[in-house]
Formats: sequence, C-alpha cells, structure tokens
Amino acid sequence: MVTGGEVDTSAARAVAETVTDPELPMLTLADLGVLRDVRPSGDGGVLVTITPTYSGCPALTEMRSDLQRKLNEAGFDDVRIRTELSPPWSSSWISERGRRKLAEHGIHPPDDSSAGAAGIPGTAGGPVPLTLEPPRRRVSCPRCGSTRTERTSEFSATACKALYRCLRCLEPFEYFKEI
Amino acid sequence: MSFDNAYEAIAEAHPEGDARWAFGTGFEDPLSGVDTTVPDGIDRADLASYCLMLGDDALVLAQRLTEWVTRAHELEDEVALANIALDLLGQARMLLARAGTVDGSGRDEDALAHFRPEDEFRNVRLVELPRGDFGRTVAALLVFSTWRLALLNRLTGSADPVLAAVAAKAVKEVAYHRDYAARWAVRLGDGTEYSAERLHAGFADVLPFAEELFTPHAVEHRLERDGVAVDPAALRREFDEVLDQVCARAAATRPEVTPVGTLAGRAGRDGIHTEHFGYLLAEMQSLARSDPEATW
Repeated sequence: MVTGGEVDTSAARAVAETVTDPELPMLTLADLGVLRDVRPSGDGGVLVTITPTYSGCPALTEMRSDLQRKLNEAGFDDVRIRTELSPPWSSSWISERGRRKLAEHGIHPPDDSSAGAAGIPGTAGGPVPLTLEPPRRRVSCPRCGSTRTERTSEFSATACKALYRCLRCLEPFEYFKEI
Repeated sequence: MSFDNAYEAIAEAHPEGDARWAFGTGFEDPLSGVDTTVPDGIDRADLASYCLMLGDDALVLAQRLTEWVTRAHELEDEVALANIALDLLGQARMLLARAGTVDGSGRDEDALAHFRPEDEFRNVRLVELPRGDFGRTVAALLVFSTWRLALLNRLTGSADPVLAAVAAKAVKEVAYHRDYAARWAVRLGDGTEYSAERLHAGFADVLPFAEELFTPHAVEHRLERDGVAVDPAALRREFDEVLDQVCARAAATRPEVTPVGTLAGRAGRDGIHTEHFGYLLAEMQSLARSDPEATW
C-alpha cells in the first residue's frame, strides 16, 4: 500500500488496529493500549510501536508476529516494530470499548479510579498500595451483577488477571488487575 | 482444524512461523526493538555487572518459586507463585539481555542463564536458599520483594534509560508480589499456633541472609556516584518499616539472628554462593547443556 513512495499511514493504522490480543481475543491491541503508535518510518516503511503489559508476558512475541503478518498481508512490505518500555503500560490505558468487551466476556474490567498509586512514582492508577486490609475495589459479578463477591487470588491464568468468586451465584470469574 | 491424532497436530507445519502454535517457542531478544544505546559517561563493564546482579536475583528466585508448581497446598497459590516467578523471569530476561549487549560479549540471555558457572552468578544468596515449607517461602518472598520494591522505586530515576524503564515496569509487578507475601505472613502469623511457628522458623532461616541485601558492592558504589545504581544501604529504613508493619499485624516478632558470614568480605555479588546453589543450577542448566543447539 505504497503510493508514490509515501506510506498511507492511516491505512496501516487501520490494519494494525484490527490485530487482537492472543490471550484476550475479544480485545484488539489498540483497545488494550499495547499499540502505541503507527507512523511512516521515514524510508518508505511503516514503524509500529508497541509496549509490553507485563515483563514476563509470553504473548509479546505473538503480538509482534501478528502485527507483522497482518500488515504484510495488507501490502505493507517494510514493517518495523519498535518496543517502547517507558512509560510502562498501565491498565488505565484500556479503552472504554475494551472495558465493555471484557465485561461482556465475563472479565471484570480494572477499576483504575480507585486503585492507589501511593509510592509508585509516575503512574496514575497502578497496584493497590500495601494496606493489609481486604482490597477496596468494588467488584460486582459479571454474570449476576451481585456485589457480594470475594477475591480468591490476586493471580490467575494470565499475568494480568485476578480470580474472584460470586457469593450469590457461586460462579468464579476473573478480574483484570490494575497495574 | 482437526487431526486424527495428537501427533499430527504437533507436527503440523506453520508457514507463518512456529510462534503460532504455542507461546514460548521462537524466543527473541526481550529487548528487541528497544533503543539500547548506553549514555556517555557510564562505565559499560560496571553497568553489565549491575544488570547481572539484579537479573540473577530475579532469575534464581524465579527458578526456586517454580519448584512449587504441582506442590503447592492450593491451586490458587500455585498459580500465584507461578505468576510471581513469571514476572521475575521477565525482569531477568531484560536485565540479562542488557548485560550481554553492554559488556560487548554478545552473549544472549540463554548463554548467560545456562552456560555460566556458579561463581559467575551475581545474585544475593537469599534467593538460592531451598524453598523449605510454605512458611519459609512466604518469609523469603516478603523479605526479597520488600527490598526489591524499595530498590526498583529508586531505580526508576536511573541515568541508564533501559534500567529506568525496566524498573518502572517491574515496580508495579513487585508491588503485587509484596502484597501477596505480606497477606500470607499476616494469615500465618495470626493463624494457628503451628502456622505462626512455621512463619517464625521461616524468618529465622531467611533473615541471616538479609544483611547481604544492604551491603553495597564496589560496582554499586561506583555506579551510584554516576546516578545509575541505587545504594542498597539506603533501603534499610523502608525495609524495616514495612517488615515492622507486617509483623505487627501478624502478631509476629522478627527473630534476632546473626548474619551469615562472608568469605573475606565476599558474598553472592562476588560469586560466592551457598552449597544449595550448585544443585539449583544443575537442574536449571542441564537441558540446555545436554543439547546446546536446542532452541525453544
């Protein structure tokens, strides 16, 4: 999709924005906030900037190859993918649409407004500071809507989620952690 | 996609690359696509050593914590410990990759993790201690994550932009690790007589190795002057405050311990390790060493 030596950046961006997260396929990388930028590389190619969610996230390699493949298929031959570590990814970057999608799929979206940022410089939201009290998140069951829920573990099947259960309908569900 | 048997599924060809069928195949440089220029005025050999220190701490503890997989008392805690190990492994990968490029040796993360002998590892000895029972693991994780979080928080201002970025990401992860360990310390300490006893015994085993966390190495001294590293001695106050807070809630007392000795002033940061470390490395490195050409 190169016309007269100029790259159609908005077309490239539109393609990049369709790429989904390998672990949370209901979300695009754009919804997740992992896709930071798509711009001309200056030498006729496309420069895509992404950011990892967690240091150990095993899906990052997959994301890179998905972006590369989708853009190649759309006719962008020269694609470079840059990883930007700073500022670190934050769950507050998940779009409204992304939050809705998570909830529709039974995953409670992060509550970035209530998360404390105490002691964590340069972050809005982020992990709840050490209080040794039960977490102050208000978590309602994505299935029955009850607010009678309890956390079973701050860790779950992927690095980005916690595990909860509903005390009313008794179903377990996942919670996307603030980070 | 359907197959008559599982072997066909495994052997299926993937024109778009092996990364498609399972996470973990086709690892690439964890700093791929990151600007890894070293700013002028930073000593490259010292920076590489420092990255190894912080990277080895994370790598070795990740290996120890992974031992809990299939052995933990509850599925939720198994998942928690595995996730904590995965975060630490991710931090280790970036730090080791940084060390290998900065020192000019060109060694990648695998070469550094699997083909260095014991005396070239720069981790503190605390992380290599046997996992013991759950009480000891909680004590070790509380001590380590409290110290590392204090360190990482300060490292976000490092003059090395890669270290600063790795730290800024890791701060958020380790905050969750500390929270996990602290909550379990309260639950054990304030639980039954037996659980309190196990936590206490865990602290007694682990705390003698805590002194080393606050003893600056010559490399840390030099890099601290240049604004790259953090002086570990400066972390002690925050460390004590957090541990006191947790112990108060856990109705636990920190046992009085005598710090374990050093070898004429040398310890983990100089490659002097405990007798437990060789076994850990043997297990961690055996596969890569038995088939050095293998890729995963």
